[in-house]
Amino acid sequence: MTAMQPIRAKRFPADARVTMSHGGGGRATSELIASVFAPHFANPLLEQGHDAARLDRPAGRIVVSTDGHVISPLFFPGGDIGSLAVHGTLNDVAMGGARPIALTAAFVIEEGFPLANLERIAASMGEAARRAGVPIATGDTKVVERGKGDGVFITTTGIGVVPDGVEIGPDRLAAGQAILLSGTLGDHGVAIMSQRQGLEFETTITSDSAALHRMVADMVAAVPGIALLRDPTRGGLSSTLNELVEGTRLGVLIEEAVIPVKGEVASACELLGLDPLHIANEGKLVCICEEADAETLLAIMRSHGEGTDAARIGTVTAEEPGFVRMTTAIGGTRIVDWLSGEQLPRIC
Amino acid sequence: MKYVEEFRDRALAEKLSAAIRAEADPVRSYNFMEFCGGHTHAIFRYGVQDLVPANVQFVHGPGCPVCILPIRRLDDAIELAERHGVILCSYGDMLRVPGSKRRSLLSAKAQGADVRMVYSTLDALDIARQNPDRQVVFLGIGFETTTPPTALAIRQAADEGLTNFSVFCNHVLTPAAIRHILDAPDIDPDEAVHLDGFLGPSHVSTVIGSKPYEFLSETYRKPVVIAGFEPLDVLQSVLMLIRQVNEGRVEVENQYARVVTREGNTKAQDLVDEIFELRPAFEWRGLGMVARSALAIRPAYAAFDAEARFDLSDKTSREVKSCECPAILRGVKKPKDCKLFGTVCTPDNPMGSCMVSSEGSCAAYWTYRRAETLAEMAKDKAMAEQAA
Ligand code: SF4
Repeated sequence: MTAMQPIRAKRFPADARVTMSHGGGGRATSELIASVFAPHFANPLLEQGHDAARLDRPAGRIVVSTDGHVISPLFFPGGDIGSLAVHGTLNDVAMGGARPIALTAAFVIEEGFPLANLERIAASMGEAARRAGVPIATGDTKVVERGKGDGVFITTTGIGVVPDGVEIGPDRLAAGQAILLSGTLGDHGVAIMSQRQGLEFETTITSDSAALHRMVADMVAAVPGIALLRDPTRGGLSSTLNELVEGTRLGVLIEEAVIPVKGEVASACELLGLDPLHIANEGKLVCICEEADAETLLAIMRSHGEGTDAARIGTVTAEEPGFVRMTTAIGGTRIVDWLSGEQLPRIC
Repeated sequence: MKYVEEFRDRALAEKLSAAIRAEADPVRSYNFMEFCGGHTHAIFRYGVQDLVPANVQFVHGPGCPVCILPIRRLDDAIELAERHGVILCSYGDMLRVPGSKRRSLLSAKAQGADVRMVYSTLDALDIARQNPDRQVVFLGIGFETTTPPTALAIRQAADEGLTNFSVFCNHVLTPAAIRHILDAPDIDPDEAVHLDGFLGPSHVSTVIGSKPYEFLSETYRKPVVIAGFEPLDVLQSVLMLIRQVNEGRVEVENQYARVVTREGNTKAQDLVDEIFELRPAFEWRGLGMVARSALAIRPAYAAFDAEARFDLSDKTSREVKSCECPAILRGVKKPKDCKLFGTVCTPDNPMGSCMVSSEGSCAAYWTYRRAETLAEMAKDKAMAEQAA
């Protein structure tokens, strides 16, 4: 998405489509960038117009994270692949306790993809980045032949800075720490599934896709000693927790009755034979902290729109190492397993 | 959601649990078979076992449609997709079940067969309409609950005059299987499972009603409680069974009266009767040949019967050696008795059908009670070594 300056934006007809020449690197490519992406992404870094964006070196340690987005459908209740690609990567950066400072975006577009849809995606990406206060510093566009892609794939990379004194990581886990969850489970996955061909069902559930870095910044500022932050995306909460304890000397005990799940999500899961603990989220985080910090952090989460339903859901234990155990809604217990087999395809 | 929560209320569960503990006689044991995989799943999913005393045991029955399909029929389905080149439509759970040589419909698909996962029989009909130049076969499996939708699809296909749609029918009947299990102890005394009563199927009974279970109390003197699938339904039904046993009653009681009637859904029964007829006998994985336990498509609808339409070869189908699914499906063994459990056989790499379906016993133990099961297996092994 570089060298855009000399080429002026042009107005494409409403039914125009992406052609192979839009990815050829010639004039058509520049025109596409100037017309579809630049107006929405506008920011000083991008406007430098170099092949590589130049950032001033911030104080602190740098984190980098990258994520490919291949979701189907591209547009879904509560978002689209554009906003998702921004939020997803911002959240990955934030889970390191970092403040994101810049994003990059690479597009693989299928020949024949309607330009109007591409513009809609670009607008939503630009909007998400602007709201987050993080510029899209540089980017790239490629076009593949018809049938070799599925509309659009977007890869975003995020760079962030970790404040001094923040040491987040799985090695910090210890028995007795509290496990907090920032809100309801399963909204994203259920919103996507409700749109799937052959599965369509009526629901008012929208994806929870959201950027969490502001909430994280406040949490980290108040409690720099947070042990761990994770966003329970693909595979849901169960995968996140299992990943943390598998092969370690620690286990986890959670309580089903206090895990927030929207009624509609629970009903949809019931209907589809799914477990909300296995469903993807795109705007939630799991925070593990010392018991003494739990209330402070919950209060901070609840003061943000993304964390209004935050709850303490469990504890890290030394019993049953390697396992995630749950006290069920009726007071029995069971293991919470990884999702096995294949989740419905392409949710993020 | 209100509806669901009402049946998962913790305070109510604790009340029922206390009543069960108070009324279960500590000097005897209570072995109740839950026939349905749906109950097995609910029991594990909610940890119901933790709310009853140790002398109340659940014996898991063969009511998991995917688990009981004999390997031979699965091999037939794979042959339909591969040799006859049909579009084979199946419910998702079935795709991963290993057939002979551990080949599944999914592996056949990976090797080029046209196998498609559908959510309903109507999806299969749609595929047939969209592919008029291809033969489309729906792999019909399941108990009395899934039979009416299959019947409906066949009638619809007949009404529309579809010539490229057929059903590979493997629909089976619950009461016949229960009868078979109760007769089994006479056949092979080594395998006698002592059963004190049954948790009767809920969804199946909404279709067939509670009447077909009356032979259980009349002939076999076994208490039956038709139970809903919610964990509180299960607890309440266990309490009802304990009371029958303690009072020496043998009745068919209906805990699930909010949905199940004695006569069931006669409209659905009529529809099934129009399309299907009784097979003299049918093979069940684990149970072997069971008399009058399955349905075939009536000759009048032979045009929609994949068995009539395609020539299926003779084959010698083989189970994975040392997979204990058959004994587990009869209720005489538990997953921990299988050497392969958790080592060679896991849901990601299943050796037998019981590890595939979420309603299968091995999958339930693995998913929800793995820690305890692996610990028990280690203990059993240590004891065996000591004895040797
Ligand atoms: S653990 Fe696997 S191999 Fe063993 S009985 Fe169960 S399904 Fe068969």
